[in-house]
Amino acid sequence: MATPALEQALDDLDRAAQGVRDAAGSGILDAAGAAAHGATGGAIDPFVFQLAVFLLAIFVGYYVVWSVTPALHTPLMSVTNAISSVIVVGALLAVGISTSGIATGFGFVALILASVNIFGGFLVTQRMLAMYKKKEK
Amino acid sequence: MSESFAAVLYLVSAVLFILALRGLSHPTTSRQGNTFGMVGMGLAILTTLVLAAPSFGGFMLIVLGLAIGGGAGAVIAQRIPMTAMPQLVAAFHSLVGLAAVLVAAAALYAPESFGIGLVGSIGATALVEMSLGVAIGAITFTGSIIAFLKLDGRMSGKPIMLPGRHVINAGLAATILILIAILVGTESHFVFWLIVVASLALGVLIIIPIGGADMPVVVSMLNSYSGWAAAGIGFTLGNLALIITGALVGSSGAILSYIMCKGMNRSFVSVILGGFGGEQAAGGADDIDRTIKQGSADDAAFLMANAGKVIIVPGYGMAVAQAQHALRELADSLKEKGVEVKYAIHPVAGRMPGHMNVLLAEASVPYDEVFELEDINSEFAQADVVYVIGANDVTNPAARDDPSSPIFGMPILDVDKAKTCLFVKRSLGSGYAGIDNTLFYKDGTMMLLADAKKMTEDIVKALHEH
Repeated sequence: MATPALEQALDDLDRAAQGVRDAAGSGILDAAGAAAHGATGGAIDPFVFQLAVFLLAIFVGYYVVWSVTPALHTPLMSVTNAISSVIVVGALLAVGISTSGIATGFGFVALILASVNIFGGFLVTQRMLAMYKKKEK
Repeated sequence: MSESFAAVLYLVSAVLFILALRGLSHPTTSRQGNTFGMVGMGLAILTTLVLAAPSFGGFMLIVLGLAIGGGAGAVIAQRIPMTAMPQLVAAFHSLVGLAAVLVAAAALYAPESFGIGLVGSIGATALVEMSLGVAIGAITFTGSIIAFLKLDGRMSGKPIMLPGRHVINAGLAATILILIAILVGTESHFVFWLIVVASLALGVLIIIPIGGADMPVVVSMLNSYSGWAAAGIGFTLGNLALIITGALVGSSGAILSYIMCKGMNRSFVSVILGGFGGEQAAGGADDIDRTIKQGSADDAAFLMANAGKVIIVPGYGMAVAQAQHALRELADSLKEKGVEVKYAIHPVAGRMPGHMNVLLAEASVPYDEVFELEDINSEFAQADVVYVIGANDVTNPAARDDPSSPIFGMPILDVDKAKTCLFVKRSLGSGYAGIDNTLFYKDGTMMLLADAKKMTEDIVKALHEH
């Protein structure tokens, strides 16, 4: 009953993932990026696209956060704090591939700080959310 | 892995983060949302590791850093008492701020690792983004430390007012902007550190004049800043996950600041300029009869046991006294006697948004018995007894009736409309805002002068005896 549907869905997912892998492998995504860049004649700085993403994300954030129930505003703060630690990607680059010792040092400290936040933020949020219960009966 | 495929994966993490916030629209979907957030973070980290393909040494260093930080974070998350959430969140914000400063420094010293050029030839756009990220990050860092110290009681909640502080702050802000311009022109490492130092100082200076009563706004504001700092670094690195997350967190903090300001009927600017809550001068009109009616736990138990409907109004004092569990017992005993019990929460109750809800949830109070101000305010008129525990300014009728009161216009819980108002308070001092509460002198009010937890326990005992 439910199992074939699930298997079907998993198969679809596999195919989709394979498609993405193929696309990535054959450089289609790269080509698409280059094409987009080419279509604008290369005249538009990639910064403008980043800025567009940034502004749109502010609007997404605005609507999503207004829909958060006031009862969960504390978990909202701890989880936003946890996700802002995605700055860890910068620290990983600095530690992993930097050739400058001093940059590696900065990256390492940043990595520790961000990790405290990632684990601390998500786990404390989980602990809080587990306490919210509905009335029994 | 190609750069573009990595970018797509970063985009997927960002979408998972959006879903994490979306889940918080209801308690039943919130746990799943948090899981989405964790998966998103794991994906971002794995993608970076595969993309960067560090050497074995570099990889071990990464594992070590993750283990140290992650271990510390996990221990803190398990041990922290729920009453200390505001301090914890402030401390976590400071870590994001400092991490942003350090990542920017790493990018300045090793720009080739981040694909933004070579030392001495970093693009002007990258330098502007980097310096904005570092300035906001440094302000977040020291600002959050001051907020942490104030919330944790290691520093007085009283505003510290330096003479001419607005001039000093404006001067510092202008200096930072000039330094950023110089940095873009010269890429001087020395100027970079000057920006850091000036921003660290500015972070301290903008938070010290803000009083304890305004802390919910400050915590929300620093939440917002940590987001903008992350976004600044995201632009430097050209990383979509970081840009989108920064925007989400930035707008989330801004909205919470707005809700908190509205809950206090204060403008954001006046909160930032600081100075509220220090002076005791605000007295209000002095033609009221200042006699109070004092009661005992037995009186309170008698009134509550014979009531049809009791509304409980918790505030920060409940958190300080750790009275949430005793309060739950009280509610249980009343429910056994057939009394209807509800909880009413003011938007700025506690020291951070939603703090009271978490404490009540910790004491296993079902969330569907807990109501926000606008949903329950009309019910006070039908309530027989209101039990105010640890709240003060948010119940002051002067905010509604007395135009000369400094808090006039602030939305309050209309507890004075109930037949009887039981007000638990340690002593007859004024509240955090330093304002006399006219509720104390009303006919229907009975003051229960004791520690919140002790009084609540005594009432439970008295209820069982009758």
